[in-house]
Amino acid sequence: MNGGLRQSMAWLHTWVGLLLGWLLFLVFVTGTAAYFQDEITRWMQPEVHGQHNIDASAEGAIAYLQTHAANVEQWSVDLPGHRAVATTAFWKEKGETFAQWRDHSFLVDGHGQKVDARDTLGGWRLYRMHFDLYYLPVLWARWLVGLAAMFMLVAIISGVITHKKIFTDFFTLRFGKGQRSWLDGHNLSAVLALPFHLMITYTGLVTLAAQYMPWGVAAAYDKPTQYYAEAFGADEAPKRSGRVAPMASITAMIKQARETWQGAEPGYIFVAIPGDANSLVKLTRATDAGMDTRGETLTFDAATGVMHARPPARGGARETESVMVGLHAGRFSPLLLRWLYFLAGLTGTAMVGTGLILWTAKRRLQLPDPERPYFGFRLVERLNVATIAGLPFGLACYFLANRLLPIGLLQRPNWETNGLFIGWGALCLVAIVRPVKRAWVETLSVAAAGFLAVPVVDMVTTDRGLFVSLWRGDVLFATFDLVMLAFAGLFGFCAWKVHHRKDVVRAGSKKEAIA
Amino acid sequence: MPRSTSNGAPATRVARALDVASRTVLAAVGGYIAAALTTAGLARWLPIPRVEAVVAGMLASFAVYAAVAIFAFAVVRVSRVWFWTSVYCVPLAAALYLAMHGAGV
Repeated sequence: MNGGLRQSMAWLHTWVGLLLGWLLFLVFVTGTAAYFQDEITRWMQPEVHGQHNIDASAEGAIAYLQTHAANVEQWSVDLPGHRAVATTAFWKEKGETFAQWRDHSFLVDGHGQKVDARDTLGGWRLYRMHFDLYYLPVLWARWLVGLAAMFMLVAIISGVITHKKIFTDFFTLRFGKGQRSWLDGHNLSAVLALPFHLMITYTGLVTLAAQYMPWGVAAAYDKPTQYYAEAFGADEAPKRSGRVAPMASITAMIKQARETWQGAEPGYIFVAIPGDANSLVKLTRATDAGMDTRGETLTFDAATGVMHARPPARGGARETESVMVGLHAGRFSPLLLRWLYFLAGLTGTAMVGTGLILWTAKRRLQLPDPERPYFGFRLVERLNVATIAGLPFGLACYFLANRLLPIGLLQRPNWETNGLFIGWGALCLVAIVRPVKRAWVETLSVAAAGFLAVPVVDMVTTDRGLFVSLWRGDVLFATFDLVMLAFAGLFGFCAWKVHHRKDVVRAGSKKEAIA
Repeated sequence: MPRSTSNGAPATRVARALDVASRTVLAAVGGYIAAALTTAGLARWLPIPRVEAVVAGMLASFAVYAAVAIFAFAVVRVSRVWFWTSVYCVPLAAALYLAMHGAGV
């Protein structure tokens, strides 16, 4: 049929891309930021010093727990990944759930000392927002994000089928041509990183497949618990003996784990019924120790330090799943690859953003009455302003809140996050009440100002400002501030471009005016 | 625009809306059912340890879902996709039901 398939795929691409496009934009922005979640956390905890040191961190955390939480149910020590410094540890008392972990959590720095850093969830909050969103029950949020990911997958496939000249478009970017330029920009950002987009969407679905597709478990097992026991090892919950036994050296257990894993580091320590003669220690391999992110867990007798038999190795399917999740999260990646991940994520963000703007650019020329566009058009137009300029400004507010909120504020991490949504909400209001072109200029300018303010406020409120960091060679802090300045420049440039753009004259409008 | 007649869009506005609705339901619901049944079938019958089979089924499921969704909008007559999706799903569902509640294949 005459152009039939391409036409129907173009239609599908348009609507599948639009309907959840704003949610996808958020998923891309927070996911891209999450590639640097450890670095963001370090920037958001300027009180934490020292270098990454697993042994010192583990010893310091366990020593603190032995002194302050000797007779509890469980200890958990979240060791720093290879780019992080701080260790988060917490304990669980009888009858408590894991949701209450923050009630008994503390932070250990790279020297193994407990440190009173400002209370923040740092980059972790952005990482979780990537699939848990916020202000919503987590399960609902994940279904919503999963649906958006399915839409994205369908949008990618239909987008590729729609494409006539996928190779030529690779080299085509025409500036200043209205709709044509948005199409070029959309094609370029989509095609340039197409393998990444496809990989990231499919592996993203895989990360939460157990929630989205539980039917395999239902078909092959009588009870889901049997599956989890086979997949993750039967949970050996030890019984209290009543006899007190001091814990063997954690450093020796970590050493043994390293030897077992050919040098890979542990990422997580779990101790059940600490202090009892039957206490168990579990060490889980760090998620960033390999491309397969789901690390093995080794079990030790706490009192003797003797390692139990290793769990059976995973088979091909589960190894594939582990690598797919690892590819998605990129935890294994060294710094250069991490920057590529970040750039690819930005490209994906640009793909979604240009796609959303393209929807309006294409229809603006065909509006029956350009003075009074129909409701759907105005809705999309305003949502675009509110999301594309508003959400990045929210991120700047998140970082600013980290520096400006009082240190002792109750629920400080939640207020940082509220700061994100207050900033975003404010720009949503601007997007609704102002004429659309003014709304673009104003919101983009505010976003630029927000990012510009981050290094300035950092300089005023901490002793780790940009110039000091450059002077000391503190690459992480200096880079963070410079990236903020780069975003300030980008949004400022966009605001300037929109401000100086001539209003697009509708093809038929002059004739109509005469008639 | 999805098509349901052989030479272009459906004739009337209502017909067009019904056509799009039919394709959307097929893509969203039919696609999910086909994916879920595939996952369940692979988990049950793949000749590898069942914990591996479950995960293999999960990995494959989203490709099935996407394929049904694309076909739902690509094919001229939506009734054909309904037909072929049913041909895939109904026997699979029946076999799974028998396997789990009947003979225990």
